[in-house]
Amino acid sequence: MKFLSEYRDPKTARLMLAEIRRITTRPWVIMEVCGGQTHAIVRSGIDQVLPKEISLVHGPGCPVCVTPIETIDRAIEIARRPEVIFCSFGDMLRVPGSDKDLLTARSAGADLRMVYSPLEALEIARDNPDRQVVFFAIGFETTAPGNAMAVLQAEKQGLENFSELVCHVLVPPAITALLSSGDNLVNGYLAAGNVCTVTGLSEYEEIAGKYRVPIVATGLEPNDIMEGILMVVRQLEEGRAEVENQYVRSVRYHGNVKAREAVAEVFEVTDQKWRGIGELPASGLRIRNRFKDYDAARRFAVCDLDVNEPEVCISGTILKGLKKPDQCPAFGTECRPEHPLGATMVSSEGACSAYYKYKPLR
Amino acid sequence: MCLAIPGKLIEIYEEAGMKMGRIDYGGTVNRACLEYVPEIEAGQYTVVHAGFAIAIIDEEEAARSFEAWREYSDAAAREGGDVYGNHLDEDGD
Repeated sequence: MKFLSEYRDPKTARLMLAEIRRITTRPWVIMEVCGGQTHAIVRSGIDQVLPKEISLVHGPGCPVCVTPIETIDRAIEIARRPEVIFCSFGDMLRVPGSDKDLLTARSAGADLRMVYSPLEALEIARDNPDRQVVFFAIGFETTAPGNAMAVLQAEKQGLENFSELVCHVLVPPAITALLSSGDNLVNGYLAAGNVCTVTGLSEYEEIAGKYRVPIVATGLEPNDIMEGILMVVRQLEEGRAEVENQYVRSVRYHGNVKAREAVAEVFEVTDQKWRGIGELPASGLRIRNRFKDYDAARRFAVCDLDVNEPEVCISGTILKGLKKPDQCPAFGTECRPEHPLGATMVSSEGACSAYYKYKPLR
Repeated sequence: MCLAIPGKLIEIYEEAGMKMGRIDYGGTVNRACLEYVPEIEAGQYTVVHAGFAIAIIDEEEAARSFEAWREYSDAAAREGGDVYGNHLDEDGD
């Protein structure tokens, strides 16, 4: 398939691997931020064939994994209301809340519908004018344009029964938080290609300059990742700390300006709690006051919830790149995809699920 | 969610006042909103994310990447082998 098979060709991967091997003289730790990249790395075995000097650590770039447990609990409370049709991406349904997940709420009678796009939730709102339709608007900068468009369309089409429960997280503040922490071990970053497709590269230039780290916007296919690693290693070996773009077929310097404008019209930056990491300043998005009628958190008052995280789960340290999934005592035993303790075992972008899924191949 | 793959735009249409398109992903056809890539034309490839096209694939940049990749083969050949210690011939085998 065009623009896919070329990026999965093992011959090209081996050539780039040889180049990485040729130029590497010292140990380097590289973090891939995006959960899609984590899966591609583990599935294709990139981490196992790199020279021993290069360590890959997995970052916090799984939106499902970092959605706070309070938000999952709040989603379940809203979904349980008889007047509500709750719409969500499939990934969110099995993420454990304090004592249940959304799928359990559905088996208890909640009208929960899995959608692929927020526009499907808008259609459901149009078709069910006597019901309240709530879309679980989660994600990084990549899903924000779609979620912004849904609000703009709801307003334009006069759909008063549509709202979004928003939990949007932003990548650059997370990288900054990791770099500022005392236990940072990371020398260079593969930035998430699709996030950069929307946002562009300027925010990353500030980070690369301030913290002296190479950052390479990288695609999600195996050869994209291999080339991204090569570009980071080359910078490290040459003593450079710049923002470079491996994913040139998709990422432009200013990103997708139209998408960014829509996001800025509907959302504003806010402090945001990340599951497993804690609250990070200016790391999330919330609906602007002008669109408050479309904010499910304001439309459906939910009282304070007592949250309960399993103590054994180490997903927080995994999301910070400090530990790997198979270092968790519950991995593959108490915690499995069919019985996940933490979100990193649930999501198709979670590091634990990648290790579990591809472990037999390793 | 972030597993956006490229698809080929095969048809443009309008729905609820929005520019929409039918996208072919190697045989599987799905729809996507094109409002964020208004200049796209049928036949171009696009990156779709949760039902929204977020980029038009730049075919010239992709071709330049492939050209650059070929240069790695020269560097590897100078070293004489790959990471497994195997000799690399012209095809990289």
